[in-house]
Amino acid sequence: MQGIVADWSSDQRAFKNVPWGKAMMWIFLLSDTFIFTSFLISYMTVRMSTTEPWPNPSEVFALTLFGKSIPLILIAIMTFILISSSGTMAMAVKFGYEKNKKMTFILLLITAALGATFVGMQAFEWTKLIQEGVRPWGNPMGAAQFGSTFFMITGFHGTHVSIGVIFLIIVAIKVLRGDLDHERPGFLTGRKGKYEIVEIMGLYWHFVDLVWVFIFALFYLW
Amino acid sequence: MAHAEGQQHPIGIYLKIWGLLFVLSTASYLVDYFHFQGYLRWFLIIVFMLLKAGLIVAVFMHMLWERLALMYAILVPTLLLMVLLGIGALEADYTFFTRGVFFVKELF
Repeated sequence: MQGIVADWSSDQRAFKNVPWGKAMMWIFLLSDTFIFTSFLISYMTVRMSTTEPWPNPSEVFALTLFGKSIPLILIAIMTFILISSSGTMAMAVKFGYEKNKKMTFILLLITAALGATFVGMQAFEWTKLIQEGVRPWGNPMGAAQFGSTFFMITGFHGTHVSIGVIFLIIVAIKVLRGDLDHERPGFLTGRKGKYEIVEIMGLYWHFVDLVWVFIFALFYLW
Repeated sequence: MAHAEGQQHPIGIYLKIWGLLFVLSTASYLVDYFHFQGYLRWFLIIVFMLLKAGLIVAVFMHMLWERLALMYAILVPTLLLMVLLGIGALEADYTFFTRGVFFVKELF
């Protein structure tokens, strides 16, 4: 037993120059990649094998604005919002390492606000589809698998965004209080607070944006 | 490049990538707006998707400046998912074929 402990705690680092938390976040994201890829591949499998016509996403997600029906417009706006939140997040990381408390806080808050807007628009989209009769077991437009894959994939992604928004707010408060300047440990950990947690938060947030890139292309544009 | 202090890059690069992501998203939206169909649609969607994904991972997530050990640890397992993609496609083709046979039989 002692031998096992000694081996695993020996003074070796595979990921040099990378904080422990950041390496762990990358490994978590890798496992999340596998989850989302499994979802998208099962979506591909059911869509390719169904003999009923698949509902046309371009029409299903069209919105009537100013008396004109614009295809996929809501999804396009959601995409731009999420990309913008990724942009503000990247800049928050930069200002964090410069120990610019005010800018980091503001940018984290903007990121959280954009993320919340995205979730709000997704709730609107779900409501609209449910009112049109889309259910996980069927829908009036065509193949029954449309509903189940749609709710599962966007639901899982929306959950990730919601959790991200909560953590963005937590990190923003930590930054504002100066927890990271004074290296105060967090609520559930004895590890010292450092600005690297902003970058770790950023990795998670960019990943959420990354997953949306694939959902946008494969679910909405296919 | 070694960064003991963490990732620090000029703000301009983030703004440029942000702009580029906007352009690519608009382009992929226009693919749908102008009703491109068939292989052209597929080609454009996949190219824009991979470019966007690459930019986010490389610059926003700083993978470009990480050491190879981390890069390989994350990217190689992800590439292995292509095997699952291939299996899924084969399985779907087979299911579609059997459904076709089954439904045709039902007609007689």
